[in-house]
Amino acid sequence: MKTLRKYVKPGWFLVAPFLVIIAAFYLGPILNILWLSVTDPTPGFGNYRALYESDALVRIIWTTVRVCIITTLFSVLFGYVIAYAMVHAHENKRNLMLGLLLVSFWISILVRTFSWLMLLGRNGLVNNTLETVGIISEPIAFMRNELGVLIGMVHYMLPYAVLPLLVNMQTLDMRVMNASRNLGASGAQTFWHIYLPLTTPGLVASTLLVFILSLGFYVTPAVLGGGKVLMVAEYIYVQLLVTLQWGTAAMLAALMLFGVLSLLYVMSRFMKVSTVFGGTSS
Amino acid sequence: MSDVQPSDGNLNIRDLSKNFGNFRAVDTVNLAIKKGEFLTLLGPSGSGKTTLLMMIAGFLDITSGDIEMNGKSIADIPAEKRNFGMVFQGYALFPHMTVRENIGYALSVRKRPATEIRARVDEMLELVQLQDFADRKPGQLSGGQQQRVALARALSFAPPVLLLDEPLGALDKKLRVEVQDQLKDIHDRIGTTFIYVTHDQEEALSMSDRIVIMRDGRVEQVGTPLELYERPESKFVASFLGKSNFLDLSDGLHALRPEKIDIRAAGTAGDPARLSGKVRSITYFGSMLRVIIDVGDTTEIEVDVDSWRNTAPLSEGQKVDLTWSDAASVKLARG
Repeated sequence: MKTLRKYVKPGWFLVAPFLVIIAAFYLGPILNILWLSVTDPTPGFGNYRALYESDALVRIIWTTVRVCIITTLFSVLFGYVIAYAMVHAHENKRNLMLGLLLVSFWISILVRTFSWLMLLGRNGLVNNTLETVGIISEPIAFMRNELGVLIGMVHYMLPYAVLPLLVNMQTLDMRVMNASRNLGASGAQTFWHIYLPLTTPGLVASTLLVFILSLGFYVTPAVLGGGKVLMVAEYIYVQLLVTLQWGTAAMLAALMLFGVLSLLYVMSRFMKVSTVFGGTSS
Repeated sequence: MSDVQPSDGNLNIRDLSKNFGNFRAVDTVNLAIKKGEFLTLLGPSGSGKTTLLMMIAGFLDITSGDIEMNGKSIADIPAEKRNFGMVFQGYALFPHMTVRENIGYALSVRKRPATEIRARVDEMLELVQLQDFADRKPGQLSGGQQQRVALARALSFAPPVLLLDEPLGALDKKLRVEVQDQLKDIHDRIGTTFIYVTHDQEEALSMSDRIVIMRDGRVEQVGTPLELYERPESKFVASFLGKSNFLDLSDGLHALRPEKIDIRAAGTAGDPARLSGKVRSITYFGSMLRVIIDVGDTTEIEVDVDSWRNTAPLSEGQKVDLTWSDAASVKLARG
């Protein structure tokens, strides 16, 4: 033991069990997936070549990216407005708003997804009401298309977009905004020149969080898309359990992994990723 | 800095009050502030001095009363239209902008041409001696440098009135004295009205043309530093500004500054003793000694003795006689 301590700092012994667990149950399977993607069914890059050759695959990836970008855009936009309202509301109202936000956060995704069907489906509350009142003669197709998927996903992602922004906005020194007003800036000028730049870390954090989570979305597109909006996660499921092409599934999983990692890398070129996730900037 | 209009900078505060719920933070304040004056609002925390400043700046609504500039009410003018410079507590610099951008902000939101902004920022950088730091961010500056950036930013648009909210609070003592001199110097050069909030009485005494002493939201006394120190009207003023002994004499309460009392060993020849007592403690402060004397059972008198005068050293427990001139004690108008 004594000789070992010369070479290894004692702190490592404390974390060693957890390192082993992470290596065995987390890194191991990931490596296994990477391995599968280049060995199944035959060794080589055949699975990846399909990205060039299969139009269907490219379309699925494009759909996924498009849906994710639109979802992120709207989630972060709405999230920014909600977080701003929360930060500047009176304390009682802020707690109420935070409560409502967390309640929707805690409700199962299945319940939330199906309640959108009840609300906006062909025979949902909204369409029935509008038809009865006579504003529309045909039901509006909110659901079972990409619009439905987007509505469901933006709704689900809102808390994830709000929380990083809320934390960011709460740390802002309001005297800085007062200083801007005092120097003659209008409310809009103060927002564009001071408030928005100072909330960039929160914006980046919530954008990354929402986008990365959206990439792996499965339930909402499957239910609200009505089979017309096929995204990567659902396709992986089909490859795994229906067509049993594990190599293709592993390739897509690996693709998403590298996509997320390269996204983080690009971000890290512009700013310290640790500050985005709450670390100190110095 | 010739762009300050000659008539600007006269402020008239009339019956100004501010309530927060049931709490009256500022209570019927009346003040006439002259153009070019260095006026200090001095008081303990909670005395309403910052609230008063925030109302002048336009960040707080007025409950009742009025603020006039050059005879016109400014109570309804929003903060961004008031054109008052302000140095905030903690400076409130824009952390994502360079020093140059911070100082040029007021002009750039006014959409002034870039060349004019550049020239003005250079002028301000020179005023506060920060020419070499123009491209740094506030986070890369020391506290004293940040304070100067805040000052330059507040003065960049040549405001008629500059409001300063405890601007030296975050600096260490030595630096504070240095910056006091710089501030005073800048004030004398540009002729802007300065309204300065502080709880530090030394700062107030050394910099101000006039001091407003505030207590519980009210103005306790207004005057030049000399007037306030030599002729305090109340016990509060006498004890808040410097130190004071209080003597309950036949015609009322008197304040007596510790440095105006002569002390000598009991029985030594001289003027007749006004009080006699026993030395309880002696504390050495370098240039002076603070001597506490027990007079009778309940009264203690504090005497400051210049160290160089202390030729026959006092010792604790020694019996002493105290004398002072008639002019040294001041009768207080209020308790």
